[in-house]
Amino acid sequence: MSTEDELARVVRDHAGRLAGALVSLLGDFSAAEDLVQDAVEIALKRWPVEGIPERPDAWLFTVAKRRGLDVLRRQQNYRLKLALLPPPEQSPPDDRLRLIFTCCHPALAREAQVALTLRVVCGLTTAQIAAAFLASESAVAQRITRAKRKITDAGIPYRIPRDDELPERLNEVLTVIYLLFNEGYLSSTAERAHSRDLVDDAEWLTALLHGLLPNEPEVAGLLALIRLHRARTAARFTPAGDLILLEDQDRTAWDHAAIADATALLTRTARRYHAPGPYQLQAAIAACHSEAPTWPETDWPQILVLYDMLLTLQPTSVAGLHRSIALSYVRGPAAALAELDEMAAGLQQYSLFHATRAQLLRDLDRLAEAHDADERAAELTANPAQLGLLNERLAR
Amino acid sequence: MKYVLMFIETEEFATEFAALSPAEKEEAYRRVYQWFDDHADKITNRGSKLQGRETATTVRLDSGQLTTDGPFIEGKEVVSGFTEIDVEDLDEALRMVKTWPACPVIEIRPVAEM
Repeated sequence: MSTEDELARVVRDHAGRLAGALVSLLGDFSAAEDLVQDAVEIALKRWPVEGIPERPDAWLFTVAKRRGLDVLRRQQNYRLKLALLPPPEQSPPDDRLRLIFTCCHPALAREAQVALTLRVVCGLTTAQIAAAFLASESAVAQRITRAKRKITDAGIPYRIPRDDELPERLNEVLTVIYLLFNEGYLSSTAERAHSRDLVDDAEWLTALLHGLLPNEPEVAGLLALIRLHRARTAARFTPAGDLILLEDQDRTAWDHAAIADATALLTRTARRYHAPGPYQLQAAIAACHSEAPTWPETDWPQILVLYDMLLTLQPTSVAGLHRSIALSYVRGPAAALAELDEMAAGLQQYSLFHATRAQLLRDLDRLAEAHDADERAAELTANPAQLGLLNERLAR
Repeated sequence: MKYVLMFIETEEFATEFAALSPAEKEEAYRRVYQWFDDHADKITNRGSKLQGRETATTVRLDSGQLTTDGPFIEGKEVVSGFTEIDVEDLDEALRMVKTWPACPVIEIRPVAEM
């Protein structure tokens, strides 16, 4: 592990905890978050030079407290509260769950939820978030400032939602994490290996959530889904950094121990709760792929059933698109193409739709149409790894 | 915290409502009164139901006191009434609003402390 990765990990393990404790103490989300962010910025400057302290939590705590006493000196009540803050060795109850629900409150815009969660719960700096999303630092900073102001001014609470509200609110949190995971997974290339690994943050967040809410089957489902995908990381790119499709990957390079663990988690969850949701179903599909010794030996009928269940719960055109791929292996490319073309209206702007059509058309020997579809797919993606793959097909 | 709930009508809602029979209209009003009764302890100012958008007049002081016919924003959604509530936080306001039995859109705005 590089020093930079280690630094990121240590900060992530402690920054959210400190933020949670400080928000509880001050009752002011914005002020507490500023103090933690300051402490993180100072840590990122000093730790690479001085080394990571033996007790990073105590270090961050001391810096944030000192900074708070300094910055908030005019607010007498905050000073008193800060003076009372117990040091972290007395380990207060984990406030991070409340923190997560506040950051992912449905009254905040989706991109604000994402940026806030990364900054407040995972301890990323504004610069790191901007780099991960290829956005300008000032745009991200503005988004965060606006979101924090809304939390205070609109009275967004800092607490775990009531039982009757929990399913809806948890779903909001899972959507934010899933988005992070997708963003990280799709944008990861060998070139960008040095940038922040959002997939790692997404897995960490889901594991944290799973620890705090162990009886939520969809949290376990998302965790299994992320771990199953991560288990294939070593086989996803050529040494030159080009994307390798699932069907062409060297399956011996997959992390089979991680696959077994994630599959076991999924099976346990399914047996215990009998409550399949979209994340468990997507994980089950990923598990089918991960357990197949080769691409042709994949259990396509099983995958088709899982997609049908997923579509019942979540009738999205993207899930329909993926289902048509499974269908092509069960009932042939002509049947799949017919179904795919029925969904065309909702998917015209989606690169993978055209890439999948191209694949099916090639299977049917309609090469000129396949070429056109690949061209359209290439026009619609900005992702360098996908573009590389499409251009290679077009050059054939 | 105090919030103002702004009740917003859509054209579709207004048309549907206009097509109701007198008895159905009465029932719709009854449900609204019931909602106000159910939340009486949270309502600090019952506010008002407003007359239709066609009755609105807008004065623009920044344009030489220009007086025009109609609401200040032309759109398919118009504010049709308002109510002030005092609740714990936004989540409580959201819970309250989710049981509102009439028009389909509600904007929740915290009241500024002056």
